Amino acid sequence: MIDLMVHLLFLLLLPPLLMGIINKTKAGFAGRRGAPLLQRYYDILKLLRKGMVLSATTTWVFQAGPLITLIAVLLAGLLVPLGSSPALFSFTGDFLLFAYLFGLARFFTTSAALDTGSAFEGMGASREVTFAVLTEPAMFFAFLVLARLSASLSLAGMLHSRFVALDYPGSVAPMVMILLGLFIVFLAENSRIPVDDPTTHLELTMIHEVMVLDHSGPLLGVIEYASALKFFVLGSVLINIVMPLYTDRPWLNWLMFTSGMIGLAFLVGTIESITGRLRLPRVPALLIVAVLLCSSAFVILLR
Amino acid sequence: MALSGGPASWLPLKASTGQRLTVGLFLGGSLLGLVGTVLSLLDPGAATLLLPWGFPWGRFAVVIDPLSAFFLWLIFTVPALGSVYSLSYWRAAEHPDNSQRLGFFYGLLAASMGMVVIARDSILFLIVWEIMALSAYFAAAVEDDRPEVRQAGWIYLVATHIGTLILIAMFALWYRETASFALLTPVAVPLSRAGIIFVLAVLGFGFKAGLMPLHLWLPGAHANAPSHVSAVMSGVMLKMGLYGIIRVSGLLLQLESWWGWLLLVVGSISGLYAIALALSQRDLKRALAYSSIENVGIMAMGIGLALLGRASNRPELVLLGLGGALFHILNHGLFKSLLFFNAGAIIHAGRTRDLEQMGGLGKNMPVTAGLFLVGAVAICALPPLNGFASEWLIYLGLFKTLAAASPANLALAGGAAVVLAMIGALALATFVKLYGTIFLGSSRAPAAPPAHDPEASMKIPMFCLAFASIFLGLLPSLIAPLLEKAVRLWAPLLASGLTLAALVPQLWLTYVGSGIIIIIAGWACWQKILRQGKAVSRGVTWDCGYAKPTAKMQYTGTSLSQPLVRLFSFALRPGTLKNLTNLPFPGKSEMQNFVPDAVLERLVLPVFQRCSRFIPKVYIFQHGQTHLYVLYVLLICIALFVFSGIGGGL
Repeated sequence: MIDLMVHLLFLLLLPPLLMGIINKTKAGFAGRRGAPLLQRYYDILKLLRKGMVLSATTTWVFQAGPLITLIAVLLAGLLVPLGSSPALFSFTGDFLLFAYLFGLARFFTTSAALDTGSAFEGMGASREVTFAVLTEPAMFFAFLVLARLSASLSLAGMLHSRFVALDYPGSVAPMVMILLGLFIVFLAENSRIPVDDPTTHLELTMIHEVMVLDHSGPLLGVIEYASALKFFVLGSVLINIVMPLYTDRPWLNWLMFTSGMIGLAFLVGTIESITGRLRLPRVPALLIVAVLLCSSAFVILLR
Repeated sequence: MALSGGPASWLPLKASTGQRLTVGLFLGGSLLGLVGTVLSLLDPGAATLLLPWGFPWGRFAVVIDPLSAFFLWLIFTVPALGSVYSLSYWRAAEHPDNSQRLGFFYGLLAASMGMVVIARDSILFLIVWEIMALSAYFAAAVEDDRPEVRQAGWIYLVATHIGTLILIAMFALWYRETASFALLTPVAVPLSRAGIIFVLAVLGFGFKAGLMPLHLWLPGAHANAPSHVSAVMSGVMLKMGLYGIIRVSGLLLQLESWWGWLLLVVGSISGLYAIALALSQRDLKRALAYSSIENVGIMAMGIGLALLGRASNRPELVLLGLGGALFHILNHGLFKSLLFFNAGAIIHAGRTRDLEQMGGLGKNMPVTAGLFLVGAVAICALPPLNGFASEWLIYLGLFKTLAAASPANLALAGGAAVVLAMIGALALATFVKLYGTIFLGSSRAPAAPPAHDPEASMKIPMFCLAFASIFLGLLPSLIAPLLEKAVRLWAPLLASGLTLAALVPQLWLTYVGSGIIIIIAGWACWQKILRQGKAVSRGVTWDCGYAKPTAKMQYTGTSLSQPLVRLFSFALRPGTLKNLTNLPFPGKSEMQNFVPDAVLERLVLPVFQRCSRFIPKVYIFQHGQTHLYVLYVLLICIALFVFSGIGGGL
């Protein structure tokens, strides 16, 4: 019970902190002091109190987009195991719901972007749906590998069961491969470098930031929060794969999990500092690498 | 016995005392049919009607079992809604010369589909199958004064008859193996022959279902038919092909696992290729038609999985595969008809099918836009609507092949789940594109007449279908007993104890789905209250400082899908028409991107054109001189005598 409460609290409160950690890391690499760790919380609270400007072209879809996205991502967050909590809901086939909730979010984010009738946001929507066509297969190959290894068809079973990868000699390589593949998917889905650059939005090459160009005030706050939440939820899947071991002490599990998430944010910040964004036509190649990694993992496992 | 009366009573639709009478009779017939279907379900013994008839072969054998009943639900509802829809869509006053013809063939089409799923004799089946194919032709090609309609109808007619020919061959082989035309009880046919029968069934029925590469007739026919006919063709008639495959494979007791692999691979290819083509279309109804092929591919994958399960003795795969496929057949019938009705409303309002002439319709047609959104979310298989509920079953079946106990190569079927995921992502791109370019943004056609929502008789059928889509998405467990009954009939090996409820927790979809809807509704209300004090100002769309954005600056549907089309250009083979000038004083220049149907335009049509160069040489035999024709008859007779004499001598 306490675990579930902690799950909910972490899910709701932790995500913006990770954004702060990424920005601090990047500032550190650049030799700056950077914004405070809690800056993203301040931003979101500030935005929620503001008024907003709506384009005369838009309809209700424009306003529904961010809300449905947030609800979908939040529900997905209830399905993943975090720390020592096995997930709020868990049932056979919930991983499909998990994947398709992100699809629902994508549908409404891109529709809201198209509602403005702006060329920029159309470009963003176009790229978002394009890259999803390559990230989804990678994700499902990874699910196949996890389902085969854990003999379970629920997220909690796949990620939180105590199957020990090392017990099974053939399973280490597939696990490492899907981990790499999923990490690329994670960067793409969260619009991070090298796929997308979250710090600018006026260039023609952007994806996520350009789709939300017209949102302002509370709606923008909701979007900021939802994207931090998405980072947290997808990141926790990675952390679960890296650290499938759990102790009997809940506090230790939560500590391990939290330090894992902080480490992930640090890693993302480091990647953003030391690499550049790929040219847009090269992005599919990167995503195909992710698909190949995950599919080879599946083939190795079946061999 | 009241059951077969249902479809038959549709036939008096010929009475042309007016469209209303036609629709009234149609609704009455459908209602009678629905009552019959319900009664047949309550009655444990299968409702059977066997009558002798005047033909030398076969007999009038009609049986309603759970499998036919499942299809009857669709046959008795969607066409009925379509006939109500036609009251405003195809007003007799606006189409005085063809509304009667359309009404008659529309009724005949629905009635013959009802007969197809209950006919249990090869000869009777072929007769009603042909009636269905021909009435669909006459209903779809009703605007025969337009050349593109005639062209599409012609291609349809050729394709459907090739399919029927293959079916005749299949039933001939069936007769040879079983010494009977009856399709009543499963028969143990030797495996080698059974394999041929199965392949012929997949080919023959595949033409009707639109499996790639046999789909050539489908996009043109759907695009050029009246919208309610497209809805019935796509929502119901394509499923008759799948019904045929399911029925024939159910009648063959022995099977091999390659049958399942065949359908799994064909379904995967159909799904992927068709949705990529759908994405690249400019014509709204063509895009919807290609998406039907994609969905048929998904259903074929489900059937393939069930065949694999039967071959390897895994009842849970059978239940999830065929159950998911049947459920998806029902769901697709609902939401695709909804989308075609919607397309009709849009065409009615804007008089065009060209996506690049649309935009911003959501403001003038809020009801149509909302209903289209329901259909689009459902067809992308997004929770909480019904598309997800059925694809979920197929997905789970595919993942269940991974279990360690199964034969080693069965786990490869799991790879189909990845194909399904990719199809899902492409479908999402397609329907975001359709919804966005039609309803969102601002109008791309400057002089378009102000659009408006259609009349009530068009809206009510759409509301019914949208409601059914939401309802089945939230309560998929209601339909589970019907699915189980149908699947159990198909695979007798299925232990009677296995239920869908034991395999998949469908109730969770109810919880999560209603959760999503309640939260969204609650949030919407809360937002409205919250926003009251807030300053909301209206402005122009932010275009990076440019103060006067115009509708021309919007992203078009073609540009939205362009990155994906380029990514798949190896298969789609997009073409470009350019007329760009480089003169010092450039005149008007233009450029057009298009994606042809690679199978039709690059493979089949060239072959036919090549053939048509040689065929005129045969014309010398056809000269209109009767006495020479009599000579032909005589020569053929002699040849037959000689041939049979030699045959007898051997």
